[in-house]
Amino acid sequence: MTPRTIEMELSTPGLDARGQVRNVPLGVSRRPSESVNDDFGAEHMLVNIGPQHPATHGVLRLVVELEGEAVKRVIPHIGYLHSGFEKLGEYRFYNQIIPLTDRTDYLSPMANNIAFALAVEALMGIQITERCRLLRVIACEMSRIISHLVWAGTTGIDLGAYTPFLWMFEQRERIYNLQESWTGARLTTSVARVGGMMADVPDGWEDGLREFVRTFPNTLREVDTMFTRNAIWCGRTQGVGVMNAEDAINYSLSGPMLRASGVAYDVRKDRPYLGYDEFDFDVPIGEHGDIYDRYRVRMEEMAQSVRIMEQALDKLRPGPVDVADPRITLPPKSRAMSDMEAMIFHFKQVMEGIKPPAGEVYFGVENPKGELGTYLVSDGTAKPVRWRIRPPSFLNLAALPKLCDGALLSDVIAINASIDIVMGEIDR
Amino acid sequence: MSGASADPGLHTAADTAVALRARFPEAVVRSHTVCGQVVVYVTNAGAHAVLEWLRDDVSQQFNYLTDITCVEYRDPERELEVVYQLRSLDRKVDLRVKIPLNPDGPLEVRSVLDLWRGADWLEREAWDMFGVKFRGHPDLRRILMWEGYAEGFPLRKSFPLRGHWSRAEQTRQALEANPEAYYSLEELSIAEAYHELPLDVRERLAKAGKVLP
Repeated sequence: MTPRTIEMELSTPGLDARGQVRNVPLGVSRRPSESVNDDFGAEHMLVNIGPQHPATHGVLRLVVELEGEAVKRVIPHIGYLHSGFEKLGEYRFYNQIIPLTDRTDYLSPMANNIAFALAVEALMGIQITERCRLLRVIACEMSRIISHLVWAGTTGIDLGAYTPFLWMFEQRERIYNLQESWTGARLTTSVARVGGMMADVPDGWEDGLREFVRTFPNTLREVDTMFTRNAIWCGRTQGVGVMNAEDAINYSLSGPMLRASGVAYDVRKDRPYLGYDEFDFDVPIGEHGDIYDRYRVRMEEMAQSVRIMEQALDKLRPGPVDVADPRITLPPKSRAMSDMEAMIFHFKQVMEGIKPPAGEVYFGVENPKGELGTYLVSDGTAKPVRWRIRPPSFLNLAALPKLCDGALLSDVIAINASIDIVMGEIDR
Repeated sequence: MSGASADPGLHTAADTAVALRARFPEAVVRSHTVCGQVVVYVTNAGAHAVLEWLRDDVSQQFNYLTDITCVEYRDPERELEVVYQLRSLDRKVDLRVKIPLNPDGPLEVRSVLDLWRGADWLEREAWDMFGVKFRGHPDLRRILMWEGYAEGFPLRKSFPLRGHWSRAEQTRQALEANPEAYYSLEELSIAEAYHELPLDVRERLAKAGKVLP
């Protein structure tokens, strides 16, 4: 039987036409003179992980140099999800950028929407309403909880624990339902607007959140029972991927990564926004800077988020959500159809956009992953000159080679999971 | 300046700007406050000394590098700026330092990787997106775009939103892209595989500017 062309093309790439073993670019390159035994421990091996691999938490590619099982070097490759958001933003009105922010850190979309709106408001000097402020605090803390739930669940899977993942995703589903009933979307919420929110929460929504706040700590306790004193979990995480405080600052880590190393830097406390300074909550700090401390910090942060949401719900009173400036927020649709003036403002905003004064602002917020910075430069037109996202997991991931110093190959998976990366934000 | 005192904890960012003018009179071009945030413009030649002093001086302690990025304005008369966003974690003060560069001239500044390790990927991204070279960076490769990307620097204002080339040309290039080009020379040297690569692969690598001696 004659071989078909298609079979020829699908043959093992390491063999040449005569079936002889040919050296492939990134495999174990064995010289013909060496015996098979030389491979064990004598040569460094290069292993390629990703970009399509569940344990890389997105399209991340890691090239790992191994000596036996010990990691000698890790080279991360990113950019597979690059979408040019920052460039796109320069061609859009400020409110049109909000849907782009959903797609950066897609595990906490509401927090991203709000971070961008806050930066524009700082640039324009807008004072938001009290109800809008509290709704934003609630939305930010909801995002923190769902993001940390994904982190703890998927990291558990990476280390061989499947059940807690299901418990946590069940709770995450409840917040997604709340997001859906508020914004109509589960993932791409686009909840914030410059000077307000896309909508007030629907009737009965606050009761749904109160029910979540009341029952969610049960799940935290269950997960705590499964993980915190679990011998396998402790063995895989304690003393692995250690970063001391000095290095953590030097590598510009932020969020739980930085705090697990013992540095008490939380933007909510150190540069308060949205009136976070008037809420009573604690910032958990780690001691050893290993994966286990990162886990403890994130678990405690979820409990603190519950406290913040309880206080915000108690303070929440009926009232206007959007600022009363028709140059910034759209008039109600009913008025835009019946009132001439409202229609003019509606038309001007949709066609011309909001025009901040010429200037620039850096606005950092504490996102689940770390400090999310928005750096906006305006030249007085309706579209920004520069919209820079300071992505927290980009900088956290940059420290991966340092974290993997002296680790084993199996630790690389655990360490990479502990960083809590989201490639939409890293590649933008 | 109000707020100046012997206690380093009471220095504001505005005090830092005044102290910088006094200490580096020829390096500091100007400074101003915008949206309540202090911005200091420094010359390219003096920037590294200024940043090092800001990090190390006991009255400043800007130990945390928040961000490095670049800004190019739509107005072609305005300079392209390299922006350093600094933070002192202990003193809770932020400062923005800018290096103005001529957008038509050579875009090159000194790397601050020796001061903050966090500058590594930030500088690579600034090079990738704006074409600003960071002198002294040991591994200044493209980071978000692939190696061998030849269309230019995407965040420059001279770069059209959809790129310089036609869609057909971009597709042709993407289909022609050789996966070997994604391996850096460093990786190939670990595997000691470069010299064992087939000749045609080595030729394609050379096209992407990668040749090992």
